[in-house]
Amino acid sequence: MLNSILFAITITLMYSAPLVFAALGGVISEKSGVTNIGIEGMMSIGAFVGASVGYYTGNAWSGLICAGLSGGVLALLHAIASVTFQADQTVSGIAINLIGSGLSMFLSRLFFNGATTTLPVPQKLPKIFGFLGEKYDFINCINLDITVLLSLLAVMFTWFVMYKTKWGLRIRALGEHPAAVDSVGVSVYRARYICVILSGILAGIGGASVTLAIISQFTPTAISGQGFIALAAVIFGKWKPMGAYCACLFFGFAQALVIMLGGGNNAIPTDILAMLPYVMTIIVLMLFVGRSSAPKAAGKPYKKGSR
Amino acid sequence: MVEISKKYAVQMRGITKSFGTFKVLDDVELDVKKGTIHAILGENGAGKSTLMNILYGLYSSDSGEIYLNGKLQFLKNTAVAIKSGIGMVHQHFMLVDKFTVIQNIVLGNETTGRFGIIKTRESREKVKEIIDRYGLNVDLNRKVRDLSVGQQQRVEILKALYRGADLLILDEPTAVLTPMEIEDLIRIMGSLVADGKTIIIITHKLKEIKKSAQECTIIRRGKFIDRVKVEDETEKTLAKKMVGREIKLKVDKTPFNPGEEVFSIKNLHVRCCRGIETVKGLSLSIRRGEILGLAGIEGNGQKELIEALLCARHVDSGEIRINGEEIQNTSPGNVLKCGVSAIHADRHKYGIVLDFSVAENAILEKYRDKPYCERGFLNYKERDKFTNKLISEYDIRPKDCKDLLIRELSGGNQQKLVIGREIANEPELLIAVQPTRGLDVGAIEYVHKTLINLRDKNKAILLISLELDEIMDLSDTIAVMYDGAINGVFKSGEADENDIGFLMAGGQENEQCC
Repeated sequence: MLNSILFAITITLMYSAPLVFAALGGVISEKSGVTNIGIEGMMSIGAFVGASVGYYTGNAWSGLICAGLSGGVLALLHAIASVTFQADQTVSGIAINLIGSGLSMFLSRLFFNGATTTLPVPQKLPKIFGFLGEKYDFINCINLDITVLLSLLAVMFTWFVMYKTKWGLRIRALGEHPAAVDSVGVSVYRARYICVILSGILAGIGGASVTLAIISQFTPTAISGQGFIALAAVIFGKWKPMGAYCACLFFGFAQALVIMLGGGNNAIPTDILAMLPYVMTIIVLMLFVGRSSAPKAAGKPYKKGSR
Repeated sequence: MVEISKKYAVQMRGITKSFGTFKVLDDVELDVKKGTIHAILGENGAGKSTLMNILYGLYSSDSGEIYLNGKLQFLKNTAVAIKSGIGMVHQHFMLVDKFTVIQNIVLGNETTGRFGIIKTRESREKVKEIIDRYGLNVDLNRKVRDLSVGQQQRVEILKALYRGADLLILDEPTAVLTPMEIEDLIRIMGSLVADGKTIIIITHKLKEIKKSAQECTIIRRGKFIDRVKVEDETEKTLAKKMVGREIKLKVDKTPFNPGEEVFSIKNLHVRCCRGIETVKGLSLSIRRGEILGLAGIEGNGQKELIEALLCARHVDSGEIRINGEEIQNTSPGNVLKCGVSAIHADRHKYGIVLDFSVAENAILEKYRDKPYCERGFLNYKERDKFTNKLISEYDIRPKDCKDLLIRELSGGNQQKLVIGREIANEPELLIAVQPTRGLDVGAIEYVHKTLINLRDKNKAILLISLELDEIMDLSDTIAVMYDGAINGVFKSGEADENDIGFLMAGGQENEQCC
């Protein structure tokens, strides 16, 4: 009994880690006033780059770092379109999603002999008690992926920056009233660029924590909706780092349920079960979207000098 | 032209600025003496705000020079302007309303310890010192959204002073204030100037210039017209210089000759969108040939009242009757049919569709009716005929604007179209909510004349305005709204500005006004 509870917790945390990174990216970007629905695409490219760099170098950590960078590059495109050229942020985000999944598939075919699946990485990211080996049954039950720990640290760090430092104050002001920030001599454009790129880096890392920790390779379905679930978590978590974290645990639990209820001689068909995280996302959005308070200026391009 | 000298806080020479092909400023000069209040007077779109935005580094001018304290300066952005001791209070406040007052004040200029952690203690002490020095009382820990407009303005002034501003630019500072708050502001400006600060106010209100400023620069259509000592001028001469022609500041009215009652509200209760009751048992009646002015500070239930009158909001109890017929809780279409037309305060949000042409906007309420629509097809000929009629009758400019997007018209001309359209409905009751908001003296004169004409045609008018002067000038009867109910009714001329201001702030009629 204890073991199965621990198993449930471990799986929940494991599946929530990628969501947490991505949702944090969403929080940062939206707080600064730029809607980023391209998270899914940034996760895809991160998942691919992470897995393939991990395969070629044999080092999962360099895969994770490169994944972050690739997400950041894709986010830069979004920033150029939506901050500099003041394009519609939803349209730009959709384009990023198409580019992200398309490009990762294309590159995969290019580098892996026409396969849309990369070869498995020789070594996944370590587990937190990995150094103890696999001798103890109990340790195995609570042996979490390092990404779980990293994502929690990222949440705490983001919370600290957002609510304790001057940069956080400015970012939060940007999403509410960018003209106010501009009028006190802080560059709106630069700050938004930084936030959007940061959100891309986090989303990229989120993608790679699927392909470097949960599974060990990139597959076309490795990233299937996690980016959008993360966006739902941003809303459910009321645009707060801690809130988004808790929301991600909830959605992670939904994904864990699929694993736990599936298999064995269960009566529920797996296809129905696999819908669970998405159905729960829709239900949560229906219940909470109207009530939560989004940053006022999110999604609106800032035009200097316009009123 | 004045010599460049240290005696002047700001001197601007030959400032020219174009947006696209449109020259907003053309060779404008400005001289502001240190330690004075200097007004910049001009109609809407004259370029006052643009000039000040150039001074504050928000825009760069195409040509021209700026001297601060006799020294040539290049203010390439706001950060440089702030460093040079310039502070600006914008017409639309630059405050984050979810933040506390102190957070808003320090934003962009935070005192921090290690790792960029914000330390508020030092900033708090600095701000408190400024508050005590100039009597700018405001609670630093409250959220900005919970403050009154007057208090928010103080936060803006504090923000500028906290950054060490010696020169303060106030853009239309009195547009949103109550009479008492205006008095307060003028007092605060006085204490700032006494302390050696210099203030520039942008305004088109003549009264406040007379009350507060020493000198005044007048700009008309982007050109420098004159720099005058305020004490040598009257409101009339200032208005003439601003508009370029004689202006009647007071409207001529025929004597009040009311007919029978057309419109009445009895014991009306309405809740706002958060479910709180904001109209609490309001009663009112208007007769034919009467302008009833409803005075009141924003947020005392006016918004909900107007929405309830137009059936855009559910009425909990009470009745609204037009010509004896109850109209509450029907539909906006029914209200229109019963002969109630409205001019909304926010014409961009409710009155017109900015990206429709002038002609399309002209039939916005009638597009379904004959002759503008026949069997589901629009009749462009009739539409254009009607539009051209409005254009010539109400002097909407430019003359051939019927196919232009209404966005391209000036605010005054947009408002003329709205008013013309509503009056063409031949309403029994016209509800005019701040009909002159954002308009300049010339356009205001026109709107006022039109309203008076309508009244003389024996129609009823409900005028809701935050501008006390407007209410006092136009109304035959003045009702004061406070906290969702009527707090006093006067005949025109029975009460002065102080009495009404007192009631607007919630005072009781039988109390002594101190």
